[in-house]
Amino acid sequence: MPTDVASGKRPLLSMRGIEKRFGALRANASVDLELSSGEVLGLLGENGAGKTTLMNVLFGMYSADAGSIEIDGRPMNIARPADALDAGVGMVHQHFHLVPRHSVLENLMVGEPGRGLKLDAESALVRLREIASRYGLELDPETLVGDLTVGEQQRLEIVKALFRGARILILDEPTSVLTPQQTESLFRAIRAMATDGVGIIFISHKLNEVIAITDRLAVMRRGRVVAQVENDATLTRQKLAELMCGHPILPPEKRPTESGRTLLKLAGIDVELGPDHRRKLSEVTLDVHAGEIVGVAGVSGNGQRELAEVVAGVISPSHGAIEVDGQAVHASTPRGMQRLGVAHIPEDRMGAGLLTTLPLTDSVMLPLAHKSPFSRFGWINRKAVRKFVLEQIEKFDIRTEGPDVRTGTLSGGNLQKALLARELALDPLVLVAAQPTRGLDVAAVEFVHAQFLKLRAEGRGVLLISEDLEELFAISDRIVVMYEGRIVGDLDASVTTPAEVGLLMAGAKAA
Amino acid sequence: MQFRLETRVRSPAWMNLVLPVAAVSITLVICSGLIAAAGADVFAAYGALFKGAFGNRFNFIETLVKAAPLIFTGLAVAVAFRAKFWNIGAEGQLLAGAMAAAFIGAREGLPAWSLVPLMIAGGAAAGGIWASVPALLKVRFKVDDVVATLMLNFVMFYGMMALLSGPWKDSLSGYPDSPDIRMDAEFPILLEPTRLHLGVLLAGVGALLVWLLMTRTTFGFAIRAVGENARAAAHGGIPVNRVVFFTAVLSGGLAGLAGVGEVAGLHFQVMATLSPGYGYTGIVIAMLARLNPIGVIPSAIFFAAIATGAETMSRATGVPVFFADVIQGASLICMLVALLFTQYRVRVQTLARNA
Repeated sequence: MPTDVASGKRPLLSMRGIEKRFGALRANASVDLELSSGEVLGLLGENGAGKTTLMNVLFGMYSADAGSIEIDGRPMNIARPADALDAGVGMVHQHFHLVPRHSVLENLMVGEPGRGLKLDAESALVRLREIASRYGLELDPETLVGDLTVGEQQRLEIVKALFRGARILILDEPTSVLTPQQTESLFRAIRAMATDGVGIIFISHKLNEVIAITDRLAVMRRGRVVAQVENDATLTRQKLAELMCGHPILPPEKRPTESGRTLLKLAGIDVELGPDHRRKLSEVTLDVHAGEIVGVAGVSGNGQRELAEVVAGVISPSHGAIEVDGQAVHASTPRGMQRLGVAHIPEDRMGAGLLTTLPLTDSVMLPLAHKSPFSRFGWINRKAVRKFVLEQIEKFDIRTEGPDVRTGTLSGGNLQKALLARELALDPLVLVAAQPTRGLDVAAVEFVHAQFLKLRAEGRGVLLISEDLEELFAISDRIVVMYEGRIVGDLDASVTTPAEVGLLMAGAKAA
Repeated sequence: MQFRLETRVRSPAWMNLVLPVAAVSITLVICSGLIAAAGADVFAAYGALFKGAFGNRFNFIETLVKAAPLIFTGLAVAVAFRAKFWNIGAEGQLLAGAMAAAFIGAREGLPAWSLVPLMIAGGAAAGGIWASVPALLKVRFKVDDVVATLMLNFVMFYGMMALLSGPWKDSLSGYPDSPDIRMDAEFPILLEPTRLHLGVLLAGVGALLVWLLMTRTTFGFAIRAVGENARAAAHGGIPVNRVVFFTAVLSGGLAGLAGVGEVAGLHFQVMATLSPGYGYTGIVIAMLARLNPIGVIPSAIFFAAIATGAETMSRATGVPVFFADVIQGASLICMLVALLFTQYRVRVQTLARNA
């Protein structure tokens, strides 16, 4: 618990001259960062700018090559996460570290020094209640974590950090999994914690949110902190975006198009998965027309992934019909759907999209290698492949040392560009893109959106699945909302509002 | 001071060469303790081992002859492991190939010129079919491939022994041996008067062909993609199950060829002692070669050299021949440790780094 709010002259946290190299890459170049008690500091930067590295140094995941960390003016040696926790640093990662089969209370007590062999559940419960009521982070201690919503799991991660006495809380992209309403309640908790003296480092790509919640901003670029600005009335999105990229960013231009023939038609699609035949999609009916971007909104886990995989041919529906450009699809396979003109950018771009352990060339060629001119009679034409990959690197401005580097070494934005390049090389009629800009920086997001708008202008269709409402409203023509495997709303993007979509996402209409 | 492992951004190419050499060197250093414990002089023992393996033309060729089946089983494992089909069953597939070869080679009705090609084709087919059983079980019913392939080794071995003790027993022999193959079915000798037979050449050519397949064809590409990330391969349109199945069949076929070579080039019959675990040694060989088909050749020659040299060493210094098995096991462990360094680098960190 925070104690000395009043002694706030000295910064709560002071990182000085932090250096971290990975081979030739200087991920952190003598970074200085300060955080006061009760302050919400926004940490901004493109992918690969060094935010995550810096936070991993603070949290003891990496050790810095040089530099010092002081907390409350005392030098700290943080060599592992346990040291960070002892020093009062808590971190909520993008991916939660919880045990699904354990209850909320049991998860809280993981890593607690028990009394002998006994865990002190009584006092843990008391402290949980206290934290919950103090910051509005209500949780039922007996519920199994596996039964919590994503928003509640995040709440538990925050409570866990506070429970262990965090006075410095790092939130890494905390809103990427939340509905607008959940984000509001997170922000209320952040404000309550800050009032209580907790220093909060808020990492996000969503500039509107950063402007809404932070007191001060530090912008990183190429391993350095290039700007520190107070969040006052003069700060705009535009200015922040420029600070991050080092050059002005133009918002996408969306020209009106005539929406044409139906390119993708789903009628009454049901999907049941697993040995217990759990219903993942129910009676999903959806059209995508030529020259149209259809946005799919929904809180993660409401059937969006299954929807994308049905269209991509990865899973087969148990009922319902699919048509691509008027042609009925029978037994669907990924390659079959590719032949009909469907390209797919999977949500999990590392796990389901690219071959991270193999050279970039292999990742790019994955759906293309069997096609002319890249191979004949099963024999790969290495010259044609190399030429093609070099062209794509050039055309999509993929930042890499060359086509032979291991795919996994590229940054998130460049990985996505590589994936986009290869799927567009399939010359698709319909592109299904699931969370295509998650974790990307402003410049990369604009690039991806520009590609989608180009497809739209060429009279192709895009099915854009996203949890980012800002994105959906920016480029979609229509927005459908998914809740518990059903489509609960089909709205004209120019007429509806984020609030209306947010309510539908939370299941307002489903009951 | 503290050691910790950090992920590497990329693994440098020189590691492909340096790591196996380092692993082998460390193995030899570790094993020298055992030589000393056996009461022999370490340098004299390794000297005798080297001389026994490479000391003169005859010894060197014996080493190559011994390497031939190891190259095939090493290739079999290397191909399968690339697709993450854990084929521990090269031993059984080798026996299947050997039995097919011995069966075809003893047929009287067949024209003489057709025997060798038929034995090669038949042996490869038998190995492939035997491997298709666990492959089918894996892709259809998700049966664990490690267990299935391993268990089928025993099925094949005892099945073979049952045949050799009964219906297939050579009536002229008191032992459980099959009848000899016809003279026309024997692999030609490449270099008289040594035992350097066609199978040795086939193994070398086989390694080259497998390398071409893995690096230059769409099938090889599919194998790598499936092995590295089956989910991404599936999303990318590669028929994962089909690729796994045919990789397993190919692997079994290569192991079968190891058996063909032993029957047609060396023993001219099948018997209980046909394979002293070539299929299992193939796993170590493939790992040491980092699953590179060309690397399998020196890797197999190394193990063949240990095996042939161990006898000379044993005669000269009294160190038991089982020492060869120890080297085999130790070098696998050293290589597995060495492989860690392709993914991670070791960082030494000092605690006093605060200002």
